[in-house]
Amino acid sequence: MSSVRDILVIDDEPVVLQGVERICRGEGLAVDTATGGVTGLQQLEKHAYRLILCDIMMEDLDGFGFLAESRRRGNRSPVVLASGYSTGENAIRSLQCGAFDYVAKPFTADELMAVIRRALNYSSLLAENPEALPATAPRAENIHRLGRVSWAASKLEGTVVIGVDDLFVNTIQGLRSVELAPVGAYLVQGTGCATIVSTDGLAHSVMCPVSGQVLQAHAEAAANISMIEKDPFGAGWLYRLLPSDLEYSFRCLTFPSDPIDQWQVHQKGETS
Amino acid sequence: MIRKTVGRKLTTAVGLTVLLIVSAFAYVNIRSHEESLLAEVERHAIQISQTVKSSTEYDMLLNEPNRIHEIIRRLGEEESIERIRIMNKAGKITYSSDVREIGKTVNSRAESCSRCHDVDPPLERLEMRARTRVFRRPNDSSRALGVITPIYNQPSCWTADCHAHPKSRKVLGVFDVVMPLAAVDADLRVGRIEIVVFAASAVLALSLITAFFVRRWVSEPVKQLVAATQRVAGGDLSQAIDETRRDELGLLARSFNHMTRKISEARLQLVQSDKLASLGRLAAGVAHEINNPLTGVLTYSSMMLRRARTPDEQEDLKVIVRETIRCRDIVKSLLDFARQSVPTKRESNINEAILRASSVVERQLSLSRIVVMKDLQPGLPHPVMDSNQMEQVFMNLIVNAADAIGPEGGKIVLRSSAVSLSPVGVVQIKHAVCPKRHNLIDGEVRFEGKPSIRIKARCDGQEGFIHFDPVYGNAAHRHGFICDDQKKAQFVCPECSTSLVSEGRTCPRCGGPVLTFEAPPKGFVETCTRKKCGWQRWMDIDAAGDREFIEIQVRDSGCGISAEELVKIYEPFYSTKGAKGTGLGLSVAWGIIDSHNGSIKVESMVGKGTTFTVRIPVKP
Repeated sequence: MSSVRDILVIDDEPVVLQGVERICRGEGLAVDTATGGVTGLQQLEKHAYRLILCDIMMEDLDGFGFLAESRRRGNRSPVVLASGYSTGENAIRSLQCGAFDYVAKPFTADELMAVIRRALNYSSLLAENPEALPATAPRAENIHRLGRVSWAASKLEGTVVIGVDDLFVNTIQGLRSVELAPVGAYLVQGTGCATIVSTDGLAHSVMCPVSGQVLQAHAEAAANISMIEKDPFGAGWLYRLLPSDLEYSFRCLTFPSDPIDQWQVHQKGETS
Repeated sequence: MIRKTVGRKLTTAVGLTVLLIVSAFAYVNIRSHEESLLAEVERHAIQISQTVKSSTEYDMLLNEPNRIHEIIRRLGEEESIERIRIMNKAGKITYSSDVREIGKTVNSRAESCSRCHDVDPPLERLEMRARTRVFRRPNDSSRALGVITPIYNQPSCWTADCHAHPKSRKVLGVFDVVMPLAAVDADLRVGRIEIVVFAASAVLALSLITAFFVRRWVSEPVKQLVAATQRVAGGDLSQAIDETRRDELGLLARSFNHMTRKISEARLQLVQSDKLASLGRLAAGVAHEINNPLTGVLTYSSMMLRRARTPDEQEDLKVIVRETIRCRDIVKSLLDFARQSVPTKRESNINEAILRASSVVERQLSLSRIVVMKDLQPGLPHPVMDSNQMEQVFMNLIVNAADAIGPEGGKIVLRSSAVSLSPVGVVQIKHAVCPKRHNLIDGEVRFEGKPSIRIKARCDGQEGFIHFDPVYGNAAHRHGFICDDQKKAQFVCPECSTSLVSEGRTCPRCGGPVLTFEAPPKGFVETCTRKKCGWQRWMDIDAAGDREFIEIQVRDSGCGISAEELVKIYEPFYSTKGAKGTGLGLSVAWGIIDSHNGSIKVESMVGKGTTFTVRIPVKP
């Protein structure tokens, strides 16, 4: 691996590759493209990338296959999966398989840049301290996480409290405001449930970890954004929901464990 | 080929049975008829024999053969007598109505002699019955009846002057009377023919009657059923057969119609899910295919928008971005529609949900010296419900009950039962609109947690709102101002001021004006405007009749809830437990029950305890 490049974009649709390339170039980022999962893996052999943006539905090797294979080969770069088959299931599965985030196609330049900025920030954090991921709040028993994007905790009386993950907050540099859905709105697992606007004006969409109706939106946290910044697992929660099918939602969250964590365990085992 | 139909089989069986019975009857009848006729002839013959015997006896003793000949000849002329003769012991015919045979000797083996002379030595005494014989005459083979009367020796015979008979002889000779049976036989023939004709017509008539009723009661309905089965097999499920009959075939017809209805429902569902599945595949393909080019459009246009310098350019590009995002939303909603997830509500056992809920908290409760008693009715119908949510409801109610009991311990009773309730006082009006389809439901004012129906009233120069209890038949109306029932008032939609009062309609109970609003999708609700009356009618719901509910009660022996607190318990974040509770338990329970079209009711006495009653409709 001769050099570290910015972004590798993998998609079997030329117009998507060109569009993404144009946007990233406009932001001063160096972009390589690949037209399929297999060529993407070959590209990874030649260069290291700070970020990989990969389509899910591809002929030769799909996005999940690419993600698994690149991890197996020791690649640690954040992978953002994208799909035109924009269902909640695809989104959840992407995060569960260890993708950094998921974007539904079609996306605007701003939507794309928001996730790219966060992924690049994450990449920088990794580069600064390869041994440890950013601080993780102690994992309480009843907390279910959706990747490193959001979390949900069931309460005894049948409600669910959801919030944003610390890594999601840490990779946004400077929180400006948060936009929450109103009480009574129905949130769907795997789709955006809140938008956090960063100081650079980008709007970052937070993926909802469980489906349900909003009983309470945490207005205090919305008014005082530092609550989310300081204690995203506690005082900085976002919503209290009446879940529609909690068992099903949680089952979606408990399938395979995070490959990044696995990979780290594996690495530590080898070094020691 | 003749098919072996049930009708034919039954007709044949009935015909054969009748034939058998009538034949047996006819046989017995003919036999008894014959016997009685013969007995009559026999009696007659014996009587004649006796007459001849007694009328000739004197002449014999006087030895006057000519007189005897004369008597015999005269008797022989009688139509009912064929022949009378007297034979001596040797078989010589001494007297006869047939003069030609006088003096001839009859063989002792002849039919008239055989009774006694068949044995050797011949019988001297003959039983009365054995004296009679029926034989066929050799000349025309017609039947005749003969009666032999022996003439026994007696003192007057051997002491008579003629000395014709010695004392040693026992039998001197016999009278032989023969009577023709032609008339009797003719009578019997007619009787036989009559009986055969009667038997044949009985068999025919019964067979025809059986065939007629079998056709009417069995063949026709079976034919209909077969035709309907073939139509169903051919795919036509719309045909129903006549099910008005009250017999087993009517039952079969009802059952058949029920089956076709169920099949057509299932088929509809299948077609629907099939449609959804193919729509899903189509949508998945379309979403993927369209979203890729849309990505091109959206990335380029949004990028150009970021770089646009002049306001005109910005405006144009904003339109492109906005419309492309609209396309994205359309594709997304298509995808969402096609991928409607399977409903989480399904037919479930509510007792199991109660048991699961109580088992979660039971251990904790036993530590707090709380006894949970369960009185769950077995075999309850399975309501369509989300059993996880329902379990949550029961858990919240049990936890609340336990908290009300406190540290000194107590008792919680869980009861479940099936109830059938009239819709009045039970069914909630969830949607109400004015003729211009403005929403009349008001979530601000609630009756036991249920959003009320808000209607604007104008009366006596004042204007205000009336809130109606959304439960059908409940007369709890809240008036925002005072208006005398006797004054003319207007009731209008709060949005468009369209009058809701039905002109010309009056309340059947109090005669007051009636207002009407639509309760989609279930027709119209009429309600009396007078606050003291409370009359309401909802035709569509009334027509549906009583509804089946599962009723679950959670009763505790706890501290109870005061009247002031009772009105607030379903409000979110209202808690009496201080820092211990979130104040959401009951509002969550209320929300879940509401989404199941059920109801929750609370009764409480401070210091005695509280009972929560949940009712879930069996059919949603």
